[in-house]
Amino acid sequence: MGCEAMRAVICAGPPTSGKTTVLKHVVRRMQREGLKIAYLKVDVQYADEDEIFAKEFGIPVKKVYSGELCPDHCNVMVLGDAMEWAEGEGTDFLIVETAGLCFRCSPYIEGAPGIVVLEATSGMNLPRKIGPMLTLADMAVVTKIDLVSQAEREVFRSRIMETSPGMNVVETNALYGIGIDRVIRYIKASAPLKYPMFLRGNPPVGTCTICVGKKEIGWKQHFGVLRPLEGDMFYRGE
Amino acid sequence: MGIEKITVIGGIGKDGEQEPLSVVEFRMGDIVSIVGPTGCGKTTLINDIELFADIDTPSRRKVLINGETRPEEFALDPSKNPIALISQHTNFLSDLPVDEFLRIHAEIRKTGDPDQLVAETLGFANQLTGEPINPKSAMTELSGGQTRSLLIADAVIVGNAPVILLDEIENAGIHRTKALELLRGYRKIFIFVTHDPRIALLSDYRIVMSNGAMQRLIITDQEERSVANEIRKIDDLLLELRGIIRTGGRIAAGEITGRLEAIGWDVRP
Repeated sequence: MGCEAMRAVICAGPPTSGKTTVLKHVVRRMQREGLKIAYLKVDVQYADEDEIFAKEFGIPVKKVYSGELCPDHCNVMVLGDAMEWAEGEGTDFLIVETAGLCFRCSPYIEGAPGIVVLEATSGMNLPRKIGPMLTLADMAVVTKIDLVSQAEREVFRSRIMETSPGMNVVETNALYGIGIDRVIRYIKASAPLKYPMFLRGNPPVGTCTICVGKKEIGWKQHFGVLRPLEGDMFYRGE
Repeated sequence: MGIEKITVIGGIGKDGEQEPLSVVEFRMGDIVSIVGPTGCGKTTLINDIELFADIDTPSRRKVLINGETRPEEFALDPSKNPIALISQHTNFLSDLPVDEFLRIHAEIRKTGDPDQLVAETLGFANQLTGEPINPKSAMTELSGGQTRSLLIADAVIVGNAPVILLDEIENAGIHRTKALELLRGYRKIFIFVTHDPRIALLSDYRIVMSNGAMQRLIITDQEERSVANEIRKIDDLLLELRGIIRTGGRIAAGEITGRLEAIGWDVRP
């Protein structure tokens, strides 16, 4: 597979929901199939998952802290560069793991599978609370199913279906890695990325270029406070 | 789907060697116990069954339903899964009131009239508990015994699961004999992980495990059934003594001898 065919996956979910554990199973198995994976972690103020992935799998990794910036804004800014970087590494799949953001935006982009990871232990109302992070995803992976009653698992799933009819729901047992094969099959069936890339859904009312509706990926397409993958944020305006 | 049998095809033990028991078949209506010392792999075995292991778990076992690999729909929708596992860790995390939660579950399952299912489930659970469950209590406020009773009742009645796996219910603080008696009224496959001789000998057969592997299958014969009756008497005696302590009573010196004699044991020298 050459650079032209690179594909990407955006994985989001509330903190501690098990995104990293799920993705580790995914990377391990995809790597076993001979696929080249790169990993980008976007978080607000702390993350060490990039080091974990680099150490465990020896794959190219990067990490970005959104810091003072709105994390979704940061995501839009850096993804364009990140795709270029991953393509430069000769990657088949770029896996982007992002923190649970503000529940008003979603980090998914058109043309790349969007996966939300939710823990069954987080309460049955969670699917009703997190808005587009769930409803704009293609697949919902439910973790920690061994810790809750069968009854609550079923209610949790039904609440996901209620907010997102037709959602592809996968229950996983991270201990055994059960259910991961379905996630991988889905990722592998995705199409190569097409440029320009656009954010899914409509951001909330606001005043930054993304908030006012400019959805094209990459900081070069925006004004105001910008942030490339490498280097600090800066201001560009007229 | 109608379930006739669940087949477990043996994998490997902790030493990586093939399991001595290469195939076990559970048929509809069977009551089975899994016995063995702590850490021998009993819980792993029922986890394999619950997950319909397909040579994709550390034990490399394969579990078949009616002789075939699990249909994809079980993985797609847990409410289609015919197996309910009540593990030692399983808990209710929701703080919804008990009756409201049961109603939500009954509405999702569509196994019958929700009001009737909720009443039946509470009735079942209350026969297993010391103190009856207040239907208006939050589920997280239930005691350990009440929680376990409700989990079992919900799996049997609302979930209507044809296969029920119960991990060490003797430690759950519920009325075991009553539980077994009530469960026998439902035609299902019941698999108990247990250290309790009373439960083990009330089963049709038991699987003996050690070192992560299924070693032997022992069918409860006539002789063991009569032994089970003696164990029942002694166990009931202990439960009576527990009842006395629980309700604030005292136990006198000659109490045990008298009670043993009353159940037909000659214990005087």
